[in-house]
Amino acid sequence: MQTQSPRSRKRLLKLKLNGRWREDAVAENQLLVDYLRDVAGLTGVKTGCDGGECGACTVLVDGEAVPSCITLAARCHEQSVETIEGLIQQGRPNRLQRSFHEKLGAQCGFCTPGMIMAAEALLRRNPHPNDGEIRLALSGNLCRCTGYIKIIESVRTAAETPA
Amino acid sequence: MTLMPEFELARPRDVGEAIAARHEHAGSRFIAGGTDLLVQLRHGIDRPDVLIDLSAIEELGKITSGPGGARIGAGVSIAALARDATMAANYRAVKEAAEMIAAPGHRAMGTVGGNLCLDTRCIFYNQSEWWRRANGYCLKHRGDVCHVAPQGQRCHAAFAGDLAPALLALGAEVEIAGTKGRRRMPLGDLYVEDGRAHLTLSEHELVVAAHLPPDPPPSAYSKVCVRGAIDYPLAGVAVALGMNEGVVKSLQIALTGTNSRPFVLSGTDAMVGRPIDEAALQAIERLVQKQVQPMRTTNASAHYRRLAAAALARRLTAALGIGSRPDAAVSAVR
Repeated sequence: MQTQSPRSRKRLLKLKLNGRWREDAVAENQLLVDYLRDVAGLTGVKTGCDGGECGACTVLVDGEAVPSCITLAARCHEQSVETIEGLIQQGRPNRLQRSFHEKLGAQCGFCTPGMIMAAEALLRRNPHPNDGEIRLALSGNLCRCTGYIKIIESVRTAAETPA
Repeated sequence: MTLMPEFELARPRDVGEAIAARHEHAGSRFIAGGTDLLVQLRHGIDRPDVLIDLSAIEELGKITSGPGGARIGAGVSIAALARDATMAANYRAVKEAAEMIAAPGHRAMGTVGGNLCLDTRCIFYNQSEWWRRANGYCLKHRGDVCHVAPQGQRCHAAFAGDLAPALLALGAEVEIAGTKGRRRMPLGDLYVEDGRAHLTLSEHELVVAAHLPPDPPPSAYSKVCVRGAIDYPLAGVAVALGMNEGVVKSLQIALTGTNSRPFVLSGTDAMVGRPIDEAALQAIERLVQKQVQPMRTTNASAHYRRLAAAALARRLTAALGIGSRPDAAVSAVR
C-alpha cells in the first residue's frame, strides 16, 4: 500500500472500471495498482514483485493485459480498465475462473488473478489458442506453486468451454 | 522498492509542445511506456519534478512505409511493431527483436523510442536505493567507483535494448526533434561507449522516429537470456545478409548487451564476394570475440557472453546464408 502525500497534484481521472464509468481525483504519481486496490477497493489485483516482473498485478486496459504496477493511473483517462472482479457475470464466475477452479490451476492463488486476466486477453483475441500460444500469452506471469502445467490445462479447458 | 517520488504529469498533444515543456522545466523527463522509467523512479535513481507523457502525441504512434523505406514513430508500441506486416515481410530482424522483448504486457506498453533510448544496465545499478547505498553507490549514479572495474575511469553498464541492433544492421537512421527543429542521423551516431552517458542526445532533444531504407537484405535477430521472458539480453545479435549467386553481396552484423552501446561489427566487408562457408563463419566468430567488451555487469560471466555473442552471429549468418533457418537451434539458446 502506498499512501499519497497531500502535496501531490491531483487530476480528475474518468475511466470505465469493470463496465461502469467513474471519476476520482488521483495524484499524478499514483500507480494504477494502488488506485485499483486502495481507491476502488478492488483487492483482487495483487501487488507481487512491485516492479513489473511477475504479472500478479495484470489487468486489462482497453482489452490489453498490462502490469498495473508500472502503469500510472492518470494515463488510463477515458480508457476501459478491467480487473478479476469484473469477470463475474451475474454472480457466476466466468469460464476461466471456473476452469482454474476445476482443473486446479490455482494453488496459493496469489498469481491467479493476473494469470486469468492475461488468459482472458488471449481468449478474446484468439478463442482457440494452441499450447504454444497459451504459454506465450502467460510468459509475463510467474507462479511459484503449480509448475504451470495445471494453469495451461485450465486455459485450454476454458477455451473449449462456450463463453 | 521505495515510494514513488512526487511529480507532476504533463500531457502534450504534439512534439512541439513536448519539447517546449522539456525546455520550460529543467527537472523534467520524457516518459513513453514507462516500463523501465517508473521502476527506476521507485528505485530512487531519478527524481524529476515533471514527467512529460508522450503517449497522447498522435504523430509518434504511426508506422508508414513506401518506396522510400519505412518510418517507425518513436511512440509505436513494441507489440504493434511485432505485429506490423511491413516488418514481417521486409525487416524480419526488427519483428524478431520486438517479439523477444520482455513479456506481452511490457510489449503492449513499451515503445520503440523507449527501447532505443533504454538506460544502460548493471547488477550494481539496477538495485533498490538501500542496496546501492549499502554498497557505496557506483560511478553511474551518486558514487565515484565502478564496482565492475574499480581501477578504471569509466562506467561499464551495458546497453541491453533489442531493437537497436536490428535497426543498425538494416542501416536505420533516427529522426530527432529539439528546440532548433529536426535532424536526422545514422542510428549508430546516437550512441557512445560510456555506460554513464551513452546517448548523444542533447538535453531537450527527443527521438521521434526511426527510418529504415528500402529494399533491405534478409535479416534475423536472436539473443541469449537467463529467462525466456521478462529479461534483458546477455548478448543479442542482428544479422542482415544479402547474397548473390552463392556469394555475399552485403553483410551487416550488429550487437547489443555486450557493450555500453549497441554497435555494428566492423570488418564484415571482407566477406563480400565470398561464400558463407566454414572459413567465413569462423572469421565472423573471431571478429565478434575481438570487438565485444562484456564486463561483469550481469549474473552471467563476461566470458560466456563473449562466446554466446559469437555463437549467435555464426548461427544467424549460417541460417541466412545457407537458406534454411535452423529455428530449433536458434530458439534453444534464447
